[in-house]
Amino acid sequence: MLRVASVDRSFGGRRVLDDISFEVVPGRMTGFVGANGAGKTTSMRIILGLLSADSGTVTWNGEPVTRAVRQRFGYMPEERGLYPKMKIREQLVYLGRLYGLTAPAARRSVDELLDRVGLTERADDPLEKLSLGNQQRAQIAAALVHDPEVLILDEPFSGLDPIAVEVVAGVLRERAGRGVPVLFSSHQLDVVERLCDDLVIIAAGAVRAAGSRTELRTRYAMPRYQLVLDGDAGWIRDVPGVSIVDLDGARVVIELADPADDQTVLRAALARGPVRSFGPIVPSLAEIFREVTQ
Amino acid sequence: MTTLAPPRSQPQAGPAATGTSLWAATKLVAGREIAVKIRDKAFVIGTILFLVIAAASTVLPAIFANGSSTVAVVGTGDVGAALDRAGMEVVAATDVAQAEQLVRNGDVDAAVVPGDDLGEIRVLAMDRTPDSVVRALSSSPPVQLLDPDAVDQVLAFLVPMSFSMVFFFLSISFGVQIAQSVTEEKQTRIVEILVAAVPVRALLAGKVLGNGALALGQVVLIALVAVVSMQAVGGDTALLAQLGPAIAWFIPFFVVGFVLMASLWAVTGALVTRQEDISGASGPAQLVIMAPFFLVIFLNGNPTAMTLLSYIPFSAPTAMPLRLFFGDAATWEPIVALLVLLGAAALCLVLAARLYEGSLLRTNGKTSLRAAWQERETRVS
Repeated sequence: MLRVASVDRSFGGRRVLDDISFEVVPGRMTGFVGANGAGKTTSMRIILGLLSADSGTVTWNGEPVTRAVRQRFGYMPEERGLYPKMKIREQLVYLGRLYGLTAPAARRSVDELLDRVGLTERADDPLEKLSLGNQQRAQIAAALVHDPEVLILDEPFSGLDPIAVEVVAGVLRERAGRGVPVLFSSHQLDVVERLCDDLVIIAAGAVRAAGSRTELRTRYAMPRYQLVLDGDAGWIRDVPGVSIVDLDGARVVIELADPADDQTVLRAALARGPVRSFGPIVPSLAEIFREVTQ
Repeated sequence: MTTLAPPRSQPQAGPAATGTSLWAATKLVAGREIAVKIRDKAFVIGTILFLVIAAASTVLPAIFANGSSTVAVVGTGDVGAALDRAGMEVVAATDVAQAEQLVRNGDVDAAVVPGDDLGEIRVLAMDRTPDSVVRALSSSPPVQLLDPDAVDQVLAFLVPMSFSMVFFFLSISFGVQIAQSVTEEKQTRIVEILVAAVPVRALLAGKVLGNGALALGQVVLIALVAVVSMQAVGGDTALLAQLGPAIAWFIPFFVVGFVLMASLWAVTGALVTRQEDISGASGPAQLVIMAPFFLVIFLNGNPTAMTLLSYIPFSAPTAMPLRLFFGDAATWEPIVALLVLLGAAALCLVLAARLYEGSLLRTNGKTSLRAAWQERETRVS
């Protein structure tokens, strides 16, 4: 398990990370969510050793993350970085060798990856000749070339077209399926919602919420219900303990003072006529995010 | 009873993710620098151009020196014979007017025509006194050379010029390219991936090593071309014997001096974030290349100044081989100067490594030397 424990970091007196702690569990995709400037990139750079923490630790399987350990990490920086004028295959092989692969192993790995992300035909083109989406695919391949034990990806989906999002998501899922912990940041909450198993929500340099997606949904589920009737639902405002959030003819969203009252409301509705649907509203990630970062 | 602890379960290791040592990483970085450079058209053309200049500057003076002038002569006799003996081409002209016309047309370099008085001659030329013609027609007193081994005046100018130029151009061109390649990595942010994978020192060392190998290759090629073309045109073996040791010493001095310069340029590149800003930041690095260049060019006739310059690390790579060429240095002197240079290069490399580490990951505008020195962003574990 990759564990970040009580990490602090200041830049010139300004504290950008304040006692950050979270875990990235093997085999799970952990979404790292926060507004711009919340501290996502700084946290990732500290995990990668590109920045040092003022205090706190980063451990992998209980051991401090040294350079030797970090060489088994895969990293995709936020501001994309590869050599613009170098051929894709050549620079991926170079990176693989820097990570410690032998030349034949690096070539084998690069060919497989290029095939997986659909770049085999562009392998001998310089990076700058590729579309942005294809450059991004090459960038993903760069993070995976040495078959890393841990994946840290800063905004891997930004700037990708829907097809490329599927390709990249598929590749990351595959890696997670092989037992690799995957930490990825994103500000596209819908993508994170669809992909992540676990979530870390960060705001102003502090972790506001962390846990599995289902756990967070339950924890931040507001006592809200949606009721759909045949006739007008306006009468419901007279039921004690109920406040209306949104009323639209036969459809009403209500909030209950006591969640246990849901059955009372349902019975009252059934007594007045047919009920087409009734159920709790599961909060979306966007709602949870708004809730915890306020 | 003892039991063996079961192996800790770990996610599968990479294909062969054994990690890279500092040296292995340095070699890889150097290899990339070389591979990229030798496929770069500008670099290849530059190298060829350099070799052509080296060949031309050894061959052309010889050709011009032997190049015969053409002289028109009115009438025949002693004049024509004397010019012929001096290796000039003699053209017969019918009268003064025709000879003058030949000179004006540029068909001949000069003309020798009868003077106003009988038996006297006059030399016609366009705008310059044709010294070789005048010499051929004058009687010279016998000359006895007291120091026949002293370096010829022309060579005394050409040799320092060539050594200085070679060191100057290679230092500047490779220096700028090193700075550019460092900045390119910063600008594209690939540096974040590189630094996460290998020690920063390996990046610095690899760049210096890779470019150093290429620069050394160019120097050796230039030396070879110069020596071969010198033999091809004249075979001045005495000159070769004189130049040989200077060239042989120039190579180790060049290599160590190059490391010194390269580390400065790498830091220059690491301080800025955009290619456009390199020239603004490269003042100090340019100064330590330019100043020794001009000092050596202008002071190479002054033994005291040259002695001093031959021990100062930045000028030693050109000044010491020149003193050896002029026969002014004792045998132990280049060794001491080389050791001084080695020490300076090592020191410079250590300082550069720290500044490089402190600035390579700072991507917000230009980094001051002070900030680079104090803030070592990179974790050194």
